[in-house]
Amino acid sequence: MSEVQTRPAPVANRPATPVPAPELAIAMRGVTKIFGDDPQTTLALLQSGKSKSEVQAETNHVVGLNNVSLDIAKGQIFVVMGLSGSGKSTLIRHVNRLIEPTAGEIIVNGSDVLKMSLDELRTYRRTQVAMVFQKFGLLPHRSVIDNVAYGLEVRGVDTKTRLREAAKWIEIVGLSGYEQSQPRQLSGGQQQRVGLARALAMDTDIILMDEAFSALDPLIRSGMQDQLIELQKSLGKTILFITHDFDEALKIGDRIAVLKDGALQQEGKPEDIVLRPANEHIEEFVREVNKARAIHVRSIMDRGEFDPCAASVSKDSRCEDVLPMFAEHQWVGVLDADGRQIGRVTLKQVIKALARYTPQPAETPPTLG
Amino acid sequence: MFPDIIDTRPLRRAVDDGLNWVVRHWGGAFEAAAHPLLMLLKSIENLLIATPWWFITAILVGIAWLATRSWKLPAVVFVALIFLGVMDLWDDAMTTMALMIAATLTAIVLSIPVGVWMSRSLNVRKAITPILDLMQTLPSFVYLIPTVMIFGPGKIPALIATIVYASPPLVRLTDLGLRSVDPAVMEASRAFGTNPRQRLLGVQIPLALPTILAGVNQTTMMALSMVVIASMIGAGGLGYQVLQGIGRLEVSRGLFAGLGIVALAIIFDRVTQSFGKQLQARIGLAEAR
Repeated sequence: MSEVQTRPAPVANRPATPVPAPELAIAMRGVTKIFGDDPQTTLALLQSGKSKSEVQAETNHVVGLNNVSLDIAKGQIFVVMGLSGSGKSTLIRHVNRLIEPTAGEIIVNGSDVLKMSLDELRTYRRTQVAMVFQKFGLLPHRSVIDNVAYGLEVRGVDTKTRLREAAKWIEIVGLSGYEQSQPRQLSGGQQQRVGLARALAMDTDIILMDEAFSALDPLIRSGMQDQLIELQKSLGKTILFITHDFDEALKIGDRIAVLKDGALQQEGKPEDIVLRPANEHIEEFVREVNKARAIHVRSIMDRGEFDPCAASVSKDSRCEDVLPMFAEHQWVGVLDADGRQIGRVTLKQVIKALARYTPQPAETPPTLG
Repeated sequence: MFPDIIDTRPLRRAVDDGLNWVVRHWGGAFEAAAHPLLMLLKSIENLLIATPWWFITAILVGIAWLATRSWKLPAVVFVALIFLGVMDLWDDAMTTMALMIAATLTAIVLSIPVGVWMSRSLNVRKAITPILDLMQTLPSFVYLIPTVMIFGPGKIPALIATIVYASPPLVRLTDLGLRSVDPAVMEASRAFGTNPRQRLLGVQIPLALPTILAGVNQTTMMALSMVVIASMIGAGGLGYQVLQGIGRLEVSRGLFAGLGIVALAIIFDRVTQSFGKQLQARIGLAEAR
């Protein structure tokens, strides 16, 4: 990886720290991936400032990722969002090195993934990162329980222990009774639960989820999202989640990064993205989105000491959670994790927040009448 | 007339002399090397001939039932075997069956590793494919004569010729089966930190098994189609009966022995195919495709 030192400056709004802070689960520095026969020459071209399409027209090489730097803190759900072809699936495969980058640095839990030998890499995959796939990737010739136990089997865990672990996780994802079924006998949602249980059974700190819910029906998808949020709360895992669905990103993400043409467009909290889209591309997403779901009450409330309100919500609630309460109450209190009131919101504030952040008021349809 | 560009006589002489030299100096060594093959063939043949007819019939009918779980295939197998017995072809059929089983077993042992090797490297595949083409298209007499010169007439050259002719489909289908395993499953396996051996034995081979079994089916059929040629150099069996029928202009002898070969072909084809289908259903590929 001699090209590491030649990497260009990172994206402007993300200052790079030379040594990743210890609480980071995953740190990516200037990761670039070029698909083709001669990536190094193309890399120089890309670094001279040409765009993805120019590079592709000139050299017939496809730019998968262009100088992506990300810091993913421990214990959060980090969502990478982008349309198809934006490089998001390429990005997630760099974390467990299913794809080798052309340039850049990837640090996971303090160790440099790219410097690992083949043997170290296998140990790393067996013990530190588990993955859930869009197409499930279940072994069709094994029963559900043997699929869930697969990762532990690869790790060398004895039969009794791994079957016990597998049974436990099958129960947690709600598939009790299906232990001896074959994957093909299950519905898509159930199959993905098997995929999720297989990753959770590994008990790794980091779980990679590549469009894990994209192949599912909307209703089942929503249920899986809720379950994932619940699991993350109770287990405290770091989850890197890939999706093309902005609503999904807003619902489950603690932080969101938006990718386009292999380049990072913006990274931040869901409301940062919704309230301050960095460019037109992101604005397009924001325009379609349910803003009441994206904006947390804590970002619009009046902070300070008020008389206790009759109704209250936690500070992690979103506007859509408090809206119904205004039918009965004038103010809604906002509580911190310990149940103390730290502020309050009014209906006016919520409406202002939803209206103010409509990015281009000129384009909103004229009011009727 | 095509002009004489170079004199090819020295080349021809070199090939002929070379073979003679090999026969003279290495004949014994080759024969010793092929001895295990002969032992395998002989022991299968002795076993089949020593076993009473009703027992072999019961076993084959039982296997047919296991393969299909219905009465149709066992009935076909039963009728085919009774036909062989009634026509006084039982011992010949057992000799032919032994040759086919020995050739198939050897082909499995040799072909599957080659197929695995081909599936892992494009260069290996490029190098081996023309050899397989050659093995399948070169008229068998061309390599039969040198093998007879080296080993002497008998069962060994017959067995070797049968293996050469019957192996290619198994190699090809092993390669194809391993390469067409769902890449999503392979990637998932890789993501869990498997090494190449764990992926081959735990994922690729189990999922490619229906295709590999189709290769075994092809190999048995190709081996059966070699029996007449093999009997010319001393393999005996049903092929020899056909040969005699032709030689003596006894149409009935040739016809019934020929039908006997067909009967064996039907038995082995249907049984291996049914096992393949059963396996495919168990893995669930039938629905997925």
